[in-house]
Amino acid sequence: MFRNQYDTDVTTWSPAGRLFQVEYAMEAVKQGSAAIGLRSKTHVVLACVNKANSELSSHQRKIFKVDDHIGVAIAGLTADGRVLSRYMRSECINYGYTYESPLPVGRLVVQLADKAQVCTQRSWKRPYGVGLLVAGLDESGAHLYYNCPSGNYFEYQAFAIGSRSQAAKTYLERKFENFTGSSRDELIKDALFAIRETLQGEKLTSTVCTVAVVGVGEAFNILDQATVQALINEFEISGEEGPTNEGVAEEAVGEAGGAAATQEGGAAPEQETAPMDI
Amino acid sequence: MVSSQSESGLLSSEGDSQRTQYPYVTGTSVIGIKYKDGILMAADMGGSYGSTIRYKSVERLKQVGKHSLLGASGEISDFQEILRYLDELILHDNMWDDGNSLGPKEVHNYLTRIMYNRRNKFDPLWNSLVLGGVKNGQKYLGSVSMIGVHFEDSHVATGFGNHLARPILREEWREDLSFEEGVKLLEKCMRNLLYRDRSAVNKLQIAKITEDGLTISQPYSLKTFWNFGAFQNPTVGAEGSW
Repeated sequence: MFRNQYDTDVTTWSPAGRLFQVEYAMEAVKQGSAAIGLRSKTHVVLACVNKANSELSSHQRKIFKVDDHIGVAIAGLTADGRVLSRYMRSECINYGYTYESPLPVGRLVVQLADKAQVCTQRSWKRPYGVGLLVAGLDESGAHLYYNCPSGNYFEYQAFAIGSRSQAAKTYLERKFENFTGSSRDELIKDALFAIRETLQGEKLTSTVCTVAVVGVGEAFNILDQATVQALINEFEISGEEGPTNEGVAEEAVGEAGGAAATQEGGAAPEQETAPMDI
Repeated sequence: MVSSQSESGLLSSEGDSQRTQYPYVTGTSVIGIKYKDGILMAADMGGSYGSTIRYKSVERLKQVGKHSLLGASGEISDFQEILRYLDELILHDNMWDDGNSLGPKEVHNYLTRIMYNRRNKFDPLWNSLVLGGVKNGQKYLGSVSMIGVHFEDSHVATGFGNHLARPILREEWREDLSFEEGVKLLEKCMRNLLYRDRSAVNKLQIAKITEDGLTISQPYSLKTFWNFGAFQNPTVGAEGSW
């Protein structure tokens, strides 16, 4: 009866100046399990939550190495994410072949964004249903970018995407001012804390998360499970009751619940905001 | 371009395409050295049409982007085509306007790819190139041949320079050469080439590139002395020659 008349293809504008198909694609990013990223002057850390599709299946990979100096974490349609990572890999390889030097991260991100933008302007295409956190190191230092299905991209100090990412964002917003000077290990620690925020009380173990690092003197690499578990134990962040400075974390968990609830409650407040912002 | 629509197959497929089978106007040696603050390069300004020295003011040292200097010997028009490729490359690099820029290493590798690609089409760019530059305090000096052979070294030369200049450089080159010493050394090499390479002319340019930028000298001549005994009577002691 009152079906939306303006969302049947990507190239149709609504009278309010919105492209519903593009917004739906960005909704897909929010449905995927969370991925976070944060950076210092010298390092970038990516982390994500591994969620299996069913009791009987294993989880899907959400962090991909693109090149020695670039990696991505994805949230949304994993299949789209894999296609885009393959594109990024081949761009890096081609650049390396032509110039014998690593592709600047910012340029790869622009190429990726332009690729996504094309899908928002062709009637026979659909937007990618995936958000990518791109971590990389180049001549101008460490970078963290977020690419979204609308073809927009943003550079961040720290960011979180995916389901219940608001909780992690709250954590990161509280602490990001210290990240610039952080060591590699401190970044990983904050990454694990931020990931725990998205778990909503579920126990943080190395089986439910993946962590990856890139930095000065360290090629992009995904930490193995034993290493991650050792770090979780070392920082004592596994449990729901935070041990050390956990007044903060507890609070955040509470907030996370609140945020998730509002999200569940309906997209009503979101509808008001400018749709293209992330 | 090669057309594949030949009637009688393999033998005549070559018929309707033309490639550079030999060079027309050529420049002779280029020499490049590293010195204390950057790179120095020297080349004369002769352009030979076969064995006739047809042109006397050919500039064979050119700037590429912010950090690189290119010197070429071989086919002059092919060199001009290479410069067009590089202008386009640098233009597109600048259009990103993101603070990144191609350094000498990147340009050197790019040239290698172009040269090797063209030789694979059996249509080589008939040049030997020397590429030098400084970026982020790193000095870089390398060379590419017409078939894509490439290497880096502290001093490089093309053509006759490989035989006449590099032995001198191997004896006398040092990493901490001052600008004046470097120019003196290059002039010594160029004078030797002038005496012994029939395509060389006594009008040359020297270029300098450092962290602060690039300068190419005005053309000038070297002092020569032709009254050596061996020059005046080259056949003395050469039994059996005319």
